[in-house]
Amino acid sequence: MAAASSEEAIKAAKVLMVGAGGIGCELLKTLALSGFSDIHIIDLDTIEVSNLNRQFLFRRSHVGQSKAKVARDAILKFRPNISITPYHANVKDSLFNVDFFKKFNVVLNGLDNLDARRHVNRLCLAAEVPLVESGTTGFLGQVTVHVKGKTECYECQPKPVPKSYPVCTITSTPSKFVHCIVWAKDLLFAKLFGDKNQDNDLNVRSKDDNSSKTDVFERNVDEDIEKYAQRIYDHVFGYNIEAALGNEETWRNRRRPNPIYIRDALPEGVVQQNGCSQDHKNEEPEPSEPSAMVSLGLRNPQEIWSLADNSRVFLEALKLFFEKREKEIGNLIFDKDDQLAVEFVTAAANIRASSFGIPLHSLFEAKGVAGNIVHAVATTNAIIAGLIVIEAIKVLKGDYQNYRMTYCLEHPSRKMLLMPVEPFEPNKSCYVCSETPLVLEVNTKTTKLREVIEKVIKSKLGMNLPLVMVGATLVFEDGEGLEPDEAANYALNLEKILVELPAPVLNGTKLTVEDFQQELKCSINIKHRDEFDEKEPDGMVLAGWSGPVDKQVTSNGEKKPVPSASRTEELDGTAEDISEKPGMKRKLNEILESKENFDALQTSLDVGSSSAQVVDDDEDEDLIMFDEDPKQGKKKRLQ
Amino acid sequence: MDGGGAGAGAEGELTAQETALYDRQIRVWGVDAQKRLSKAHVLVCGMNGTTIEFCKNIVLAGVGSLSLMDDHIVTEDDLNANFLIPPDESIYGGRSRAEVCCESLKDFNPMVRVSVETGDPSLIDGEFLDKFDTVVVSHASLKTKLFINDNCRKRSKRIAFYAIDCKDSCGEIFVDLQEHSYVQKKPGGETEQQELTYPSLQEAISVPWNNLPRKTTKLYFAMRVLENYELSVERSPGETTLSDMPAVLARMKDMCDKMSLNESQIPAPLIERLLSAGKKEHPPVCAILGGILGQEVIKSISCKGDTIKNFFYFDAADGKGVIENIPPNSAN
Repeated sequence: MAAASSEEAIKAAKVLMVGAGGIGCELLKTLALSGFSDIHIIDLDTIEVSNLNRQFLFRRSHVGQSKAKVARDAILKFRPNISITPYHANVKDSLFNVDFFKKFNVVLNGLDNLDARRHVNRLCLAAEVPLVESGTTGFLGQVTVHVKGKTECYECQPKPVPKSYPVCTITSTPSKFVHCIVWAKDLLFAKLFGDKNQDNDLNVRSKDDNSSKTDVFERNVDEDIEKYAQRIYDHVFGYNIEAALGNEETWRNRRRPNPIYIRDALPEGVVQQNGCSQDHKNEEPEPSEPSAMVSLGLRNPQEIWSLADNSRVFLEALKLFFEKREKEIGNLIFDKDDQLAVEFVTAAANIRASSFGIPLHSLFEAKGVAGNIVHAVATTNAIIAGLIVIEAIKVLKGDYQNYRMTYCLEHPSRKMLLMPVEPFEPNKSCYVCSETPLVLEVNTKTTKLREVIEKVIKSKLGMNLPLVMVGATLVFEDGEGLEPDEAANYALNLEKILVELPAPVLNGTKLTVEDFQQELKCSINIKHRDEFDEKEPDGMVLAGWSGPVDKQVTSNGEKKPVPSASRTEELDGTAEDISEKPGMKRKLNEILESKENFDALQTSLDVGSSSAQVVDDDEDEDLIMFDEDPKQGKKKRLQ
Repeated sequence: MDGGGAGAGAEGELTAQETALYDRQIRVWGVDAQKRLSKAHVLVCGMNGTTIEFCKNIVLAGVGSLSLMDDHIVTEDDLNANFLIPPDESIYGGRSRAEVCCESLKDFNPMVRVSVETGDPSLIDGEFLDKFDTVVVSHASLKTKLFINDNCRKRSKRIAFYAIDCKDSCGEIFVDLQEHSYVQKKPGGETEQQELTYPSLQEAISVPWNNLPRKTTKLYFAMRVLENYELSVERSPGETTLSDMPAVLARMKDMCDKMSLNESQIPAPLIERLLSAGKKEHPPVCAILGGILGQEVIKSISCKGDTIKNFFYFDAADGKGVIENIPPNSAN
């Protein structure tokens, strides 16, 4: 290591950090200590209490303030003479365009979501600025280097994609606790407290229901709140299960669920409250927030409640929503930081779990599943930040022979806890950094342009402000600066079926989609298909795009944003605002569980270590390489 | 110098405040581990860029108490890899490293008691050690490390001992947990009780080199040469420089001859790097070593997860973080 040239490279460098969260705090500190003196940092987020166990630049008094700004001030206390420019903003903001990215020598990501990572990857490719990418979960983590033309880009390898659950698993045949959580959160909670105009599959499977005249979930005028709560209880846990049992075919090879009515769960009646809300003094500054746990004297979030307790919490929480938060009903979206919502969802999921013979869980655990809460510790973030800086210095020196991706493991592999691996070459068929066309199978006679744009172009391809051309005809454009008549025209096109567009989209048509901000352009060849089964709930299949994978080394077990849900947390780093436009329909298949992502990361890391090969076995410079994958053909050594 | 209340949930359940603060990490290691952590007392001897990383990590994690021992008066050199010392002489002037670092660390987590212990680590007496469950020594001579390790082993309770040093882009951690039993998580998710027996530092470094596997990391040998040389000329760690290269190489030849190791196993450029490092610490390497040590201490206190047995090495030149088990045949 030529020390002098490292120092010069560091001094001269202008660095962009994206994310001032778990990794970001550690990274900013290590950069400053290492002598970096011109650092720009983007983070949309504000500080929360649950950040304080690892985001060490923040104090309790900072809760609610901008992460980027507070982080800057904290660093300046021990390095007052360096320049740190904070942006309390979304990295997807048009302010951060290709020209903005071009100002930097290297970009360092400490992000927590796939969407923002892909966006930054595209801007780095377009601006030709090297990117050092990172992610952690629990004791696991990794750092990768992406330099256009030299190494693969962030999107060259398939990423694990949101775990999706078939609708009927959620509505009729849950077999895991997460299925009950998804049901409680996305169906029941949404039905009772969310937007009434949203589609909701809650009742879809119950046969012979006569709900066409009246909605059973509506509270009747002057209906007693306790009666209403019990009626809902009996309907969803009793009647609906009983109705479902009528379908013998479903239960041929499955354990039959037990209907649960309130009279079974609470034979002594509901009124019996074992606690008393007055004597419970909560140390937290939120006693004014209604809580069923507090009302019922349940104190330990780690404890697994009995069916009776869950039933009491369910009724009490439902009652509290109507008594204390009636104004919000109709607009509520589940939020993991909303105590009453978490209580309701925990109780509902547990009652459903009892019905289906699935083990019950504590509120603490249920909250983790429902909120997709990441497992995060300070030590892994500190290690990963150190590795990022080491790679960043190599990038600045142009020392590309020595670029490495490094895995931080929980269990040593070949004696190693920190395992460096040579970066892969760019994937020649990557739709992001090469120009390989994608293939979209879709029913062109029933699918609207809107669905293609939302489910494929925005959601899967991660475009922000797409433009869509059919041959030479522009059929859609998003973004600012449109003439009103153009905008109206595009809005009309959105609702048109593909074959009915001004330039019809048929079998064999080629679409060109482009995002000017990301400077990303790709082609999609359309293949018409009539039927799609339940495993393809989008009613479309995109090929050539990185779909769900089992045995891939990927940078993290991450997921996509859950549309319209509260901002969810994923891998550590910052939490960019990934919530989508209000009113956008949520889809069951886009909801996933963090535990499984965690497992996915573990699997991917395990694969990394077990299939890795040591080259030059006797030399100091052992390198780990992955088994050649004939399909991808890109895992070549960089020379 | 009291840093406020100790972990309030040390007895019984965690408080609501603790549960909220530690939510994300409880999801990693569980409530029981968090409770054990809040009852543990840790002593750190020697404040530098690497140990402050470690201190930051365990204060954030919510250890019961942390005591810092380092009477050296802060100088400008100490500012290099240290984010706990504000670069303002009116703040640090005339004060010890332990005092200044203590003040900053307290801020990180009001639920952890951080305090200063004055004194010379090389004179620590056994009874004093009884106040702690974990002792971390950094930047100390081999003699001092052996002395403290030996004292830890003589106490009736188990005191975990760690030595950690960063030499620019290289680093070493030594671990002695004596007898350690812990819960290991198997890949399938089920757990299993494991017992480990650790050798003392003296036992570990006395293993003849020709008994070690040929693939043992070169840093292990290079670090032994350096500390042996420093001991023989009574130098403090890091005071040896490039000008000592010939003498250090002569010492290396001596040691290799005695233990029948081919000299080529210890590359001269590596020795050169260690010598030119002097006291310099590379901040990214401090973060990595402090992170690894932090999670090791958390694992050992919580008796959960595989601990390192018994050396860890990191070298930024190849990017590997390697565990060495020395002697390799010791019981596990």
